[in-house]
Amino acid sequence: MAETVRLVINGVEVTMPAGSMVSAAIMKTGTSVFRRSVTGEPRGPLCGMGLCFECRVTIDGEAHCRSCQTVCHDGMDVRTDE
Amino acid sequence: MTAPVYDVVVIGGGIVGAACAAECSAEGLRVAIVEAKMIGGGATAAGMGHLVVMDDSEAQFALTRYSQLLWEDVREELPGEVEYDACGTIWVAADEEEMGEVERKQRFYSERGVAVEVLDARALAEAEPNLRAGLVGGLRVAGDSVIYPPCAAQFFVDRALQRGAALFVGKAVQEITLDGVRLRDGSVISAGVIVNAAGSWSPSLTAGVDVKKRKGHLVITDRYPQFLRHQLVELGYLKSAHSLTADSVAFNIQPRRTGQLLIGSSRQYEVNDTTVETGILSRMLSRAIEYLPGLGKLSSLRAWTGFRAATPDKLPLIGPAVAQPRLYLATGHEGLGITTSLGTAKLLVDQIVNRTPKIDVAPYLPSRVPAHG
Ligand SMILES: Cc1cc2nc3c(=O)[nH]c(=O)nc-3n(C[C@H](O)[C@H](O)[C@H](O)COP(=O)(O)OP(=O)(O)OC[C@H]3O[C@@H](n4cnc5c(N)ncnc54)[C@H](O)[C@@H]3O)c2cc1C
Ligand code: FES
Repeated sequence: MAETVRLVINGVEVTMPAGSMVSAAIMKTGTSVFRRSVTGEPRGPLCGMGLCFECRVTIDGEAHCRSCQTVCHDGMDVRTDE
Repeated sequence: MTAPVYDVVVIGGGIVGAACAAECSAEGLRVAIVEAKMIGGGATAAGMGHLVVMDDSEAQFALTRYSQLLWEDVREELPGEVEYDACGTIWVAADEEEMGEVERKQRFYSERGVAVEVLDARALAEAEPNLRAGLVGGLRVAGDSVIYPPCAAQFFVDRALQRGAALFVGKAVQEITLDGVRLRDGSVISAGVIVNAAGSWSPSLTAGVDVKKRKGHLVITDRYPQFLRHQLVELGYLKSAHSLTADSVAFNIQPRRTGQLLIGSSRQYEVNDTTVETGILSRMLSRAIEYLPGLGKLSSLRAWTGFRAATPDKLPLIGPAVAQPRLYLATGHEGLGITTSLGTAKLLVDQIVNRTPKIDVAPYLPSRVPAHG
């Protein structure tokens, strides 16, 4: 039986297989803009392995977490930039 | 003898040289700027851009205040990348002794027409919710502000160029001569007046200039736009930073327009290499975290070092060099050269064209330093 976790992304509840990365959960909501650069340009995951820092989002109130390196947990609150 | 090509040659394209060049060209003088590396790439790129009125001495107050008003005059014209931010300063008092200092400062500034506001513990917590509990209060100086200095240096160089100045970038001055400068490539720029604005490098061009390097570390964080509102400086600074010999750190943090936080500060003497030293860096960050516990969870992007050009009496050298009257110095601005660049430029030009300056120049004249060549 595949276990699942539920998290909230920009106020919308998302169900994911346990062990999924937050970046995948965000993709599932259809959002491609994870964050904005200093000049307001859209940014999203590039390397998928923790090096480029382009996939940063706010997780449980902590800004600039790399979503490609963070495993989804039940009740997690994730925010991307507008 | 042929007439010099330029009225003034300014050595150094840091904020001080840039401001002096802009002011000289505004006066109608023919100006050349010589910068060995890049505009605003020396101490100007390394430091914090806190435009701050200071009260260590009457002379320091006079120059910082005069300069701050000049910044206010120009602020509307500064391009966006200068990131002018009228965030104000809060001097933070951690104990009753430091609160006594808040009151002394309050009197000092008020008597001299600078608007300040004493904050009690609660008002301080409201002004900066991320400060730790248990602090006693602070002094808010609303007129202080923050800029991004290298872009300001570029702005003043551009102004000088618009007024007809010539720019020599990537050209190092090898030697100051009686009628100009000789560059490292052997060419010569002739000028009626030479201005040594080479910051902490100025002694290498003019023997006897008593300017020493005082190393500082800085750290910049990622963007946390809600974290901080004012530039915060601890008053424990008075106990630590004024030591002229021992290394010291003090809590000093600046909110950038980007939402980034610029964290200082450290002071070291007799260290001439640019290496980021983990020992003093971690002392500096621990001090900052003592004041702002939440800082420990934020991510930093980069740490670097820079050199202040320090004089023995902590005042800059602005005016004719003793041994060579057509050579002017505009150096030795220690940790305040971004602020005082504009006042420096005015005082320099007033002396060059023989006009009475708005503030007394005597405290900044190079001739005050006995050992000066
Ligand atoms: C850590 C730190 C924090 C600071 N914080 C603040 C602050 O908050 N507020 C504030 O007001 N000030 C601050 N300062 C001080 C401020 O940065 C300096 O006083 C100021 O930048 C000095 O400007 P300058 O133009 O004299 O020197 P620089 O910016 O160093 O410019 C000198 C220029 O001369 C050039 N040069 C050198 N030799 C030659 C040569 N032979 N030929 C041609 N060109 C040459 C260099 O390449 C350089 O560009 C700080 C400094 C440090 C180090
Ligand atoms: S995608 Fe590159 S660090 Fe996350």
